[in-house]
Formats: sequence, structure tokens, C-alpha cells
Amino acid sequence: MKIDRRSFISLGVGVVAGTTLTPVPWKLMDDISIWTQNWPWTPVPKEGADTYKTSVCTLCPGGCGIQVRKIMDRAVKIDGLPEHPINRGTLCPLGLSGLQFLYGPSRVKAPMKRVGKRGEGKWQEISWDEAVSAVTKKLKELREKEKPHSVAWVAGTDKGTVPRLIGRFLTAYGSPNFIRPPSVHDAYELAVYLMQGQEGAVGFDIENADHVLSFGTGLLQGWGAPVRMLNIYGEQHDSRKIVQIETRLSDTAAKADQWVPINPGTEGALALGIAHVMIKESLYDQSFINQSVFGFEDWTDDHGTRHIGFKTLVREDYSPETVAEKTGVPKATIEKLARRFARADKPIAISGRGEGLLPGSLSECMAVHSLNALVGNINKPGGVSVTSEPEYAKWPEVNIDMTASRGMQQPRVDGAGGSKYPNARYLLHRLPEVINSAKGESPVQALFVSDANPLYTLPNTKATKAAFDRIPFLVSFSSFMDETASHSDYILPNHVFLERYEDVPTPSASVQPIIGLAKPVVRPVYNTRHVGDVVLQVAKSLGSFVEKAFPWKDYQGYLKSALKDYWDQLEEKGFVKVKNAKDFPWANRFNTATGKFEFYPSARNQPSKNDKKALPNFSPVPIEGKPEQYPLVLMPYDAMRLTSGDVGNPPFMTKTIDDTVLKGQTVFVEINPATARKIGASEGERATVATPRGRAKVRLHLFEGIAPGVIAMPKGFGHTAYSKYLAGKGVNFNDLIGPISDPLSGLNTAWGIRAKIDRA
Amino acid sequence: MNTNDQQQPVSDTASPGTGDASGKGKNGSGWIILLFFVIGLIGSLAGGWLFFPDLLYSEKQQPIDFNHKLHMGVVYEGCQSCHYFREDGSFSGIPDLYSCSGCHQYPQGTNPEEKKFIEEYVRPNKAVPWLVYSEQPDCVFFSHAAHVKGADMKCQTCHGKMGQTTHARPYQENRLTGYSRDIWGYNIARLGEPKYGLRMKMNDCAECHKKRTGHKGACFQCHQ
Repeated sequence: MKIDRRSFISLGVGVVAGTTLTPVPWKLMDDISIWTQNWPWTPVPKEGADTYKTSVCTLCPGGCGIQVRKIMDRAVKIDGLPEHPINRGTLCPLGLSGLQFLYGPSRVKAPMKRVGKRGEGKWQEISWDEAVSAVTKKLKELREKEKPHSVAWVAGTDKGTVPRLIGRFLTAYGSPNFIRPPSVHDAYELAVYLMQGQEGAVGFDIENADHVLSFGTGLLQGWGAPVRMLNIYGEQHDSRKIVQIETRLSDTAAKADQWVPINPGTEGALALGIAHVMIKESLYDQSFINQSVFGFEDWTDDHGTRHIGFKTLVREDYSPETVAEKTGVPKATIEKLARRFARADKPIAISGRGEGLLPGSLSECMAVHSLNALVGNINKPGGVSVTSEPEYAKWPEVNIDMTASRGMQQPRVDGAGGSKYPNARYLLHRLPEVINSAKGESPVQALFVSDANPLYTLPNTKATKAAFDRIPFLVSFSSFMDETASHSDYILPNHVFLERYEDVPTPSASVQPIIGLAKPVVRPVYNTRHVGDVVLQVAKSLGSFVEKAFPWKDYQGYLKSALKDYWDQLEEKGFVKVKNAKDFPWANRFNTATGKFEFYPSARNQPSKNDKKALPNFSPVPIEGKPEQYPLVLMPYDAMRLTSGDVGNPPFMTKTIDDTVLKGQTVFVEINPATARKIGASEGERATVATPRGRAKVRLHLFEGIAPGVIAMPKGFGHTAYSKYLAGKGVNFNDLIGPISDPLSGLNTAWGIRAKIDRA
Repeated sequence: MNTNDQQQPVSDTASPGTGDASGKGKNGSGWIILLFFVIGLIGSLAGGWLFFPDLLYSEKQQPIDFNHKLHMGVVYEGCQSCHYFREDGSFSGIPDLYSCSGCHQYPQGTNPEEKKFIEEYVRPNKAVPWLVYSEQPDCVFFSHAAHVKGADMKCQTCHGKMGQTTHARPYQENRLTGYSRDIWGYNIARLGEPKYGLRMKMNDCAECHKKRTGHKGACFQCHQ
């Protein structure tokens, strides 16, 4: 016998054959797969008891109810709160990514003082006492110089107790300059104030409407309460038609029942063209128009002067032929749109572009809102209603001293409420221009910023930065190292929404007034402090009248006193539906001088005697740039997977962005294939977009859904701060555009800018 | 290459059917090759079936030798006395130290295990690191309420006669995964009646669901 190589091969074959007949490979395969799931570096929450805490998400104005799952002290998951009327248990990608704001790398971990040059990124950690006394010192100094009005505060919202606390502080201190960032609700609030005499936010009862005519509103791109809109789209059925009028085939348009492409910036004209058809064919609500409106028919004023009414204006100037020429929407389509809208049972017309961060033109908003009046669907179920803010407990009046009184009598630094723009309340976009054009020292000597990021969100970033550089004292209360925080002198970091108490009044665009309560779900992760508490502490250290305006020990005590009647229910459930909300107490009743819905707003301060200017009309917003030099029109677009406001996009969401929107660090600009052919460009090509305001390196994405001659770009990229997960990706649209003030309202109306593409 | 002929018959009888070996049988190495094959085969079969299971699992003792039977004798509500449902319907699982120390603040008897429990865990207020026989990975969502309350199942059905044990049996831990041997089952081939309660791999869930509800269930019922 001879044992050779072949014997061992045979042994091996035997072992292999035998092994396959044993559990070894099969069991090991199973075990190894489980083993790979338990690698020590895989993030797995610690073992421990789990609990759920309810709260409210404050990452957008939607105010969704959330429940946060915790393992011991660590929050591990955010879900929708099933009983919350806005989101009904569901949640958007931003809300689901909420924990990345709590535990993410861009947080400011303690109060900081700048030690290097502005924006250099050199910081020194200081104590809260030092931070508060630094702020107090500056504020005292400005009061001693009799300049309390040179203090301005930019707060994320003007609703709820924190902005009221800040407003009260500014009043007691002597500054009229409480400013909040712009939104489409500015235009709407102004429109309903002028036309209905009602003050409050505008709500749209889309759930009960059967026809929604949206003039470019990003219903599915973050408008209003995004989760509510996702749910409405999800439940879309035959009985509710959504018609999207928009230049670009947006997500909203793609998922609508009908998409009507339109020339950019001509939405107001189309609204009036539709009104023309409705009036001509007597398709409007006769009883509402006959009894409850003013300025529809021609009329004579007390001095015997004849004025034309809305009917005459529309019939004379906005025939379908004229409108078709302006808007590019065929005459037949305009007629069809009008008939379908008028014949619907509960039709709603909505104005405002994208997710609603641009106020837009007041006359456009009024033109669109006129359609709601023509069908008489105002302040009714399934219609457009004005919802007043829920009433909180009354606080003692503020007693102010002479310095504060003199300061409060000064005009607002942004010009809102002044002689030029008497009806506007806040005009943040004008601030850079006001500061940059001021001779001598800046009219703003100290700027405080909370829940806002103006250095990123304001149009014309370069000018904003230049203006901020002229402000000697800049304090940010941001929880994150955002653009404004990284450019400020002091950062006094606020808790993030999962660490703090805060009331969240009525979600954006909701009909039902709701108060939500954000509650601390976890103990503060870092050495942060509630901005409300900081305000109270600064007030206390300022002493005298300012101190006396605040009889509360801390923010929580103040919040409790403000929400007195609701507090117990809020603590338990997390939200309160305010009573009588569904009764529509204002149906067909208006607070205008005539007691009617006014097509011709009598409250408006009339600079011109021209009736056609006073009525809802179409006056095109002139966009910047000469067509010869810049042959294209650049428009921004919003997307559900990309935040464009003061909240930076979380990494989870950035991961979901298509590589036709962002590839590597470069953002894509959408261009129609026909336009691309003209300049000889192809898909994915690198190019430079130039506008009168700036240049940016981009890639081109050929897209049939964008009109020829128009290019579009997402908003929300181009951050320079936060963390490496966000900074340096793409371009900030605000680098490429400047503001354009509406001549009527002063609000920013810049929906686009002329541009050109230089091929790389 | 021509070698001794006497090996020819051996090779023939040993493997009349193996063409390769008998074909080259003239050289006499065929049966050796076969022998080695058989050694490999039998060796690996024996290794895989007899020794592999013992190699795969390490044996650990529970920190305290708990006597379930003794406790069952003194509580009023059976298993639920200690393994109860919370008000919100969630299941408490293994009792925490607080539940035990209610009675065992001081020794109730003379059992050395009880003494050890009080000295090592109750006094220093330290949670007992019990080894859980039915522990599932994090990706598995299991609701006791759905089974015990919803489907009216008994604890024994899945966990066996745990309540009648007088000693805590050794915990066999899979060296690779860290989970208990109970999950796969003591019989490595997963044949026959399980030794302690039901096996708890995913297929076991599916099989039982198929039998009782007519459907195996969907992925996201458990992998939420």
C-alpha cells in the first residue's frame, strides 16, 4: 500500500462531503450572520427600560405631535403621536431625523465668546454668568447713550410665549425692533387684513375641500404642516381635485390631478383671467357677492367720485386672450380651469410659492384670494378661514421709563409700519440694505438672533454679511454652529427642542387652532440654557423698570402662567384644541369699514388715486438682470428632503437626496433639453451659473419638467457652517439672488433672477 | 506501475461500485483512497454532530441559583406575580432588583444562595445580571401582550415548565452570537421535542403562526 497525494485529496473530499452532512456549515452561517449584527462598533442602544415621552416637534411650523422612545436616559427614536390632529401618528423625514439635532456634531456645547476675528472660528468657552453680564453690559451702555432703539432682535417666529417674552423685553428696554423672518403668511395676513379686516393667520380646510387650485404653492414640498399635506396627498381620492399651476413640474405638480405650466411670475394674471371667465359666465356665488362684498360693482364715494369695481377691472383688462398671452396658458385651459373651480362644491385657491418662505407680491395674493371670494368660500368649512391666535393669559402692563419710551417712539429699523410700508409688520430682508446704506455708524448697534439664521436665509448673502460686519455686537442663541452663530461675538446656546419647554401655537395653514407643548424629553446634553431664561436673567441684571416687567422666576413659571387654563391638559396630552374653532364664527362677517369683504380695501393707505392699482391686479414683479446679458431665468425650488430655512438639513435626509440633485459636493441646475441644446450642453455637464448677484459652479440636469428658458435650483444647500456633513455641499441660492421689495407692502417678492450659464 | 495483485480482490469487495477506484484498481491504491475518503467522511460527521455543539457553546452559571418552584409556592398570582404586565400593556420581563428586595431586604430563610443575593446585590443596590434564556436580538419585536392576553396562551407553552424548576439550569451561550442555546434548541439538528420550552428562531415563530392563524405573518410584524 502506498499513501500518496491522492489519498489526502480523498481525505479532504471526505471531510467536505461529511461536513456538508453535519450542521456545521448551516449553523455557522446562521451564527455568523447574527454575529455581524452584533459587532461592538454597531450603534445599539444600551440595554434598559424603555419609556415614551410625548412632545411637539418644532423643527418647522407644522407643530406635529411626537412620541420619543427612550432607553434609560437616551432618546433612541422619534415617532408621530397617533392622537395628534395634524400628523395623526405619521411624521416627515425631518421629524424622524430629529435626534441628529440632539446628538449631532454641530451643536454648540457651552456659552462661547469670540476670541479671533469674526467668522474665524476661534472661541473661548465662558460661564453663563459671564455671558449674561457681557450682554447686560452692552445693553446698559446703549441705554446710557440713549440708544436703546439701536438694539434689534431677530426671532424665528412671532407666535407663542418666547417671542412674546422677547417682545416684552424689547418694549421694557426701549426698542421697537422685534423682527421675524419673512414667510408667505406675511402676504396672506396683510391680504386678509385689507380685504376682510381680520387679524390672524390664514388656514385652509383642505381636508373638507373638493377642489384645490394652487398657484405654485409647494403643497407637497414643505408648505404649511408638511405631514398634514403628506397625509392629504396620501388619501387623495376622486372627490378632491388638486390643480397645480407652476412653471416647473415640481413634486406637488407631479402628484396633482392636473399640472398647468405657466410663464414664471404671471400667476396673478392667471387668477384674474379665471375671475374674468367666472364673472363673464356668471359662475360666481351670486348671494355672497350681492350681500357680502364691497368693491365688486362700480361705486361712488362720499365725495361723489366714481370708482370702478373689481368686475369692471377684470372684464376690461383680463380677458382670457390677454391673460393667455401673458401667462402662456392657453385660452381654453383658462376657461376650463375657471369652470371647474366655480362648479366645485368647496373650492379653495391658494397663493404663495414653494414651501412658503417667500412672502411674494401682495397684489398676487389678493388676486388669488379674490377667487375664494367669488365662490364665497371664506370662513366656512372646506374653505379659507382666518384663525386668531389662541388667547393666553393676560400679563400685567409693562411700565417703561423715559429712555424706553423715547426708544419705542423711534421708527423701526427695517421700515415696517413706517410711512413707506405702513401695513407691513416685519421686513427683515430690508435690514442689510438699511445698515449698508447708513452713513456713519450702523443704525443697529446690537443684534440678537434666536431660532433664526439670517446669514444663510436672507437673499444676497454677501450684502447681509457686509451689513452684519457693521453691527458692533452680535449675539446668537443658536443651539448649532450655524452661519449666523459662527459669525457672531457671543453664542448663548439654547436647548434644542427635545430639551426644552415651549408652546407651539396653531400649526401653519391649519384651520383648527391648536396649542402644542414641546417638553423636555431628555436632560440637556450640553451646558445650554433656555433662551427664555436668559432673557429673564438679562432683564434682572439690567434692573429697575426692565426687571420689574418680569415678575417670573424662570421661563417655565412664565409659561405656566401664560397657559394657565390649558397647562394641565398640555402636560398630560401634549396639545389642546382651542374651543369653538370649528364653529367658524366669522362666516360671512367681516371687520372692514363696510362690514363686507372688500375687493377695494378701504383700510389701505392709498398712495395713488388709481382704482386699478387699488383693486387686486396683476403688476409683474421686475426681476433683476438684463435679458441681453442674462438670457435665462433662475428660480429656486423646495423639496421635502431638503430644509431651506434656519434648520440645517440633517445627515439622514441629505443621504436620501438623488444624484440628479446633488452629486458629491456639486448641486445640479435643472435645464430644459431644448435650452441645453441651444448652448450645446449635455446631461451632468459642469457649468457656471452667473446672475447679477453672484456666480456658482454647478452641474446641469436635463429635465423636461422645466420650461425652456428657465433654470431651477434647489434651496437648502451651500451651507458654510454646521458640520462636515452639511457644509460645502452645493450652493446657497441666496448667494445668487437679491431681495425685491413689493412697492405695496414692502415684502420680499423676488421669486427669481435672470441668469446665464457658462459652460466649464 | 504494475504492482502486487493480491490487493485486487480487497479493492473489489470494498468498492464494487466506485468506478474510479476499481478502474485503477490494478495499482492497488484505490482502496486507500477510498479509506481516506471514508475516514474524512466519518471523522467530519462525528465531529460535526458530536463535538461541534459542545464547541460552539460555552456554559455559564446564573449569578444566583434561583428556585422557581419555591417562589411559586408563596405567591398568589403564579408567573404574573413577578413577570407582570405594566399598566400600558408592556411586559416587565425579568423582575428588577426592586421587585425582589421587597421581600428579600433581609434573609427569609437559611439558603446560602439567598444570603449571597442579599449581600452581593440587594445591599449594594446592584441589578442582578441574570442570563436570559429567551433573549432575542434587538431587531426582533415581540409582544407578550399579543400572545398571553390576545391569544390567551400560557407561559409554559413557550417557556416550558420553568415555574417548577428548583435550580437555575446552566446557561449555554453561543460563542459567536452571544445568545442562548435555547433559541436554536438543544438538539443541533432541531429535531424532536424541544428540551426546555419552544425553540425561538424566526422559522419557529412562522411555523406556529402558520399553524394557529393560517399565515406566517409579515416581515414588519416582528422586524419593526
